Amino acid sequence: MTQSHRIAGGQIDRSKTLRFTFDGIPYQGHPGDTLASALLANGVRLMGRSFKYHRPRGPLSAGSEEPNALVELRTGGRQEPNTRATVAELFDGLEANSQNRWPSLRFDALSINDRLNTFFAAGFYYKTFMWPKAFWEKVYEPIIRRAAGLGSVSREEDPDAYDKGFLHCDLLVIGAGPAGLMAALTAGRAGKRVILADEDFALGGRLNAETLTVGGAAGGDWAAGVVAELATLANVRLMARTTVIGAFDHGIYGAVERVSDHLAVPVIGKPRQVLWRIYSKRAILAAGAIERPIAFENNDRPGIMLAGALRAYANRWGVKAGERVAVFTNNDDGLRTAADLKSKGVEVAAVIDGRDGAEVIDTSGRLGLKSIRVRHSNGRIEDIRVDALGVSGGWNPNVNIHSHHRSRPVWDAAIAGFVPGNDGPPGLVVAGAAAGFLSTHGALRTGRDAAIAALGLTGAAPDLPEAEDAPVCITPLWHVNHGKGRAWIDQQNDVTVKDVKLAKQENFTSVEHMKRYTTLGMATDQGKTGNVIGLAVMAELTGRSIPETGTTIYRPPYTPVAMGALAGRSRGKDFKPYRLTPSHHWATEQGAVFVEVGNWLRTQWVPKAGETEWRQSVDREVLATRKSVGICDVTTLGKIDIQGTDAGAFLDRVYANTFSTLAVGKCRYGLMLREDGIVYDDGTTARMGEHEYVMTTTTANAVTVFRHLEFCRQCLWPDMDVQLISTTEAWAQFSVAGPNARKLLEKLVDQDISDAAFPYMGAGNVTVCGGLRARLFRISFSGELAYEIAVPTRYGDALLREMLARGAEYEPIVYGTEALGVMRIEKGHVAGGELNGQSTALHMGLGKMVSKKKDSIGMVLSQREGLADPDGYRLVGVKPVDPNGRLTAGSHFLAIGAAPVAANDGGWLTSKVYSPHIGCDIALGYLKGGNAKIGSRMRAVNLVGGTDTEVEIVSPHFFDPDGERLRG
Amino acid sequence: MAEMLKAMTALGANEPVSVTVGPVTVTERFDVALASVAARRGRMAELGAAAKVAGLPLPGPARFLAGTPYSTYWVAPEMWFVEADLASHEMIATTLKDALGDAASVTEQTDAWVCLDLAAPDLAPLLERLCNVDFSGVPDGHATRTMLEHLGCYLIKHGPGAARLYGPRSSAKSLLHALEVAAMSAF
Amino acid sequence: MIIHHPILGPRDAQEFVYLGDASLIDRPDGMTAGVEAFHEYLYQRTNPAGEHQELWYHEQGDRSWLVITRNTVTHEITKVELARDVARSRGRSQ
Repeated sequence: MTQSHRIAGGQIDRSKTLRFTFDGIPYQGHPGDTLASALLANGVRLMGRSFKYHRPRGPLSAGSEEPNALVELRTGGRQEPNTRATVAELFDGLEANSQNRWPSLRFDALSINDRLNTFFAAGFYYKTFMWPKAFWEKVYEPIIRRAAGLGSVSREEDPDAYDKGFLHCDLLVIGAGPAGLMAALTAGRAGKRVILADEDFALGGRLNAETLTVGGAAGGDWAAGVVAELATLANVRLMARTTVIGAFDHGIYGAVERVSDHLAVPVIGKPRQVLWRIYSKRAILAAGAIERPIAFENNDRPGIMLAGALRAYANRWGVKAGERVAVFTNNDDGLRTAADLKSKGVEVAAVIDGRDGAEVIDTSGRLGLKSIRVRHSNGRIEDIRVDALGVSGGWNPNVNIHSHHRSRPVWDAAIAGFVPGNDGPPGLVVAGAAAGFLSTHGALRTGRDAAIAALGLTGAAPDLPEAEDAPVCITPLWHVNHGKGRAWIDQQNDVTVKDVKLAKQENFTSVEHMKRYTTLGMATDQGKTGNVIGLAVMAELTGRSIPETGTTIYRPPYTPVAMGALAGRSRGKDFKPYRLTPSHHWATEQGAVFVEVGNWLRTQWVPKAGETEWRQSVDREVLATRKSVGICDVTTLGKIDIQGTDAGAFLDRVYANTFSTLAVGKCRYGLMLREDGIVYDDGTTARMGEHEYVMTTTTANAVTVFRHLEFCRQCLWPDMDVQLISTTEAWAQFSVAGPNARKLLEKLVDQDISDAAFPYMGAGNVTVCGGLRARLFRISFSGELAYEIAVPTRYGDALLREMLARGAEYEPIVYGTEALGVMRIEKGHVAGGELNGQSTALHMGLGKMVSKKKDSIGMVLSQREGLADPDGYRLVGVKPVDPNGRLTAGSHFLAIGAAPVAANDGGWLTSKVYSPHIGCDIALGYLKGGNAKIGSRMRAVNLVGGTDTEVEIVSPHFFDPDGERLRG
Repeated sequence: MAEMLKAMTALGANEPVSVTVGPVTVTERFDVALASVAARRGRMAELGAAAKVAGLPLPGPARFLAGTPYSTYWVAPEMWFVEADLASHEMIATTLKDALGDAASVTEQTDAWVCLDLAAPDLAPLLERLCNVDFSGVPDGHATRTMLEHLGCYLIKHGPGAARLYGPRSSAKSLLHALEVAAMSAF
Repeated sequence: MIIHHPILGPRDAQEFVYLGDASLIDRPDGMTAGVEAFHEYLYQRTNPAGEHQELWYHEQGDRSWLVITRNTVTHEITKVELARDVARSRGRSQ
């Protein structure tokens, strides 16, 4: 294909040809092209269909403000919808497709919506799809989604990686046009750490799109020279293809760097995009200005674009958007377009200057502009045959990021635009066109001055190169008054002047209401070209001034951000880091099944050959432990080292029961309450020395308990002599449980651990295997004679193997969390299901543990009337009356014969297991007045699972209620 | 000692691992003993005196100080992590307790962490993808806790191209993976 | 947000865990105060649109609890103190 609309000049590399397709048709372009410039070079103007009416559309702009030319880039897992063709950098092999059309872009069946436009006026959603209610989800929404849509997602996994990162600087310069370049140069030469970020792949901003000179050189050349100098400065980081998306608190800015979007496939190991968190001491917003159109009938046809875009395509990309063009303007800048195009040999058929009273009142051309209808100042109406029209309604300073903290921009009548107010984010200075200085000289000067002011520079600043300083000559013209047709304000959302009138008529006159009612300023472009016109029309209709009418709130992100960039590396297996236990390697070798507990991977059970169903493994592990000895990795429990002369007194305050009286070399079960009296955590704490304790916490609460202890230590009792440090990961800790536990350990522990020497609840430092430092605790969660033995983590794997080898005669097994759960429920110990954040010690049958003789966290409020209710919930055991009956956790207690309604609810089953020891399902539960109901029968009802089982209420201590085994 | 039992490194091998990705080399250190030392309330002066005798530097906030036999970095008000050679200080906590008496609370930390030495001509491009530390902006000897791929770590800068990273031992593999991926991405 | 830690200087708020009203420092003595006093302490907290004293914990840092005076509307932070110092100044030393 020939590039029929390519003209001389521009910043494209004609020595190289890039092949690409659009809707399957092959085209050619050059490095430096955007998809839009390359399509225009090939004479393609039609690039999309509008959101609601499915109107044929071409690009309105040449930048990220683009409302119309939204396309899907790439295919398969790399397909990306709603990408602006105007900023999509062309690469060889690019496959692009139009969207929101069926069956084709040229013939779109849903363009029928355009004929039905009166039906689809503003607010049609709210008025039309109301009844019947059930229709919304099944009928209306799918239809609307299909009809009024943007692009589609591929539903394939994105194969590319996204990074996140952190940058630091003295000065962040947002935008690399004349103001930004001058600011970066000023700060860079002064030795400050500067980040210069621009969303474009070419730095220079408008200088690349203009024929203006700076310091006697072409603007683009001057920009390239400055960029080259900045690149030599080690303290300056140039970030092209980087969009600053938001101003957050205290000088933090978000930015998305498109590392690989301009490549067919990212380089191996490189991310597609990086989301940067930039910490800046100061920032300069030099984001330029965005041109706005003028609303007139049928002003949305392909070929009608912003005047500045028309000349950008000619000057920067060597593309004429049409063979015969016209310009419609209300300001001097539009005249530049006519002059530039003329000098490039493009036929300029007419310049319609609204300031002279001439206006474009209508256009023709279904799939592309064919002619414009002009009403001259003398009233004469003339049709002019053109295939491109440049429209300029003036330039809006790009205040977006300055307003992210709700700063309201202020109206500047001199340029007929909003400029930044003086209440923007602290540390942010606005320069150049973004601040309302629309001349090149104004940009250069304010850019330099902003850097000096922001950083308090005192040295010599760079000289200002000579540049044009033309005044802004503008007479506001928002919309053309003519006829009854539709004049578009917001092309992306198909909001016309009529819709704003309807909003006014229905009293949605506040700009925020107008936005919601008409959808003006929503979706991917956020009204960058349309908002100001919309509010100006509303101002006119309501008789208010534009500043009185005001703007809507600006919010991040400045342009759309891919979900992948927000997710970063945290996806799939990398969603969170894993924590591996010391026995992980051994367990992996054995084919153990793992369960995620927080970030930990814990052994859930260890299947043996021939076991096909998980219960076989778990039952075997339980029975083998109770028969001889089982070993379980309990390293995941939190361990906190508590030292200091007040350590005991401190523990008395954070635990409901007493620890200061605990003898050295002993441990005790501790119950920790929240200040509201609810049980927070539990675990055993051992006294290893006079002023040294080791606390264990549940796996789940290890981090929050430590935080809580620091709160108690620093905020409540700041002068207690207590030091805290976590040792969770320092020790590999194994539970060794069962009648032969001691015999097994005696083969490893160097000291005497007979019952007399190391009695129940003993704790102390020992050595194993001939001198390795270790800790031994005689504690039991299973109800068996049990110990927990800890060695430095690096020896955990070896210790486990050694225990299995040396204790072989006892046929030790390794059990996982399931068997652990079975045995603790058989024993009636509380855990996750019972420590549910709603239950007190009294509920758990542990009320006597809350000492009233001392002050402790939660002691007072645990005695509240509601929590101390004698008929309140109590922990009970549950067995099905029929041993084959099934229990499910979460079932509710109901009296026999009672209807399953909330009023009859007696409580619920908190934990359920199959007990191989007892030979049936057993459960723990909270039952109202439970103590008095032991021995009675009730029902356990699960309406979700459809089960209704008659149960016997029993003591929660199913196994060895007198504790004879663990003291053996 | 403990000839019967074979130690396993945090990365799950018999010997420490060294991985090179582009210009970055990550080396697991298996020869560093670590303990925490915290002053007992009101005993800072005594601790300072005892530390001086023991050859234990006590640097200020966010600082690392090398010494013999101990090198130390600040972790919290009146609390430090103390490094020593593992071969000579297998019992670092006991040794320090003996040296510092009851002016300090000492806790064994060797096995709680994976210790990784990072080396490259310039580590800043790597670390800027992993944590919010201004690595090129802070001086040598800067020591800080930081979040690195969801993991709370200690990062000590020894030079523009040299740093030591202590990460939670149980997540050693995840941490190394994050470093490898970031190194691929950054260079 | 950036929190100017009294010891460590500027640190990203991402490193901190937020707890709430710094009046949580003023815990009554459980041996003398009753349920009513603890109810007031635990549940009757202010949540102003404006300047507020809050507790933040530097979990990914030096584990200091801080009392931060912050404007909840503008996020401006005007004062950062070690909670331990604040607690002492409020008479919480033993």
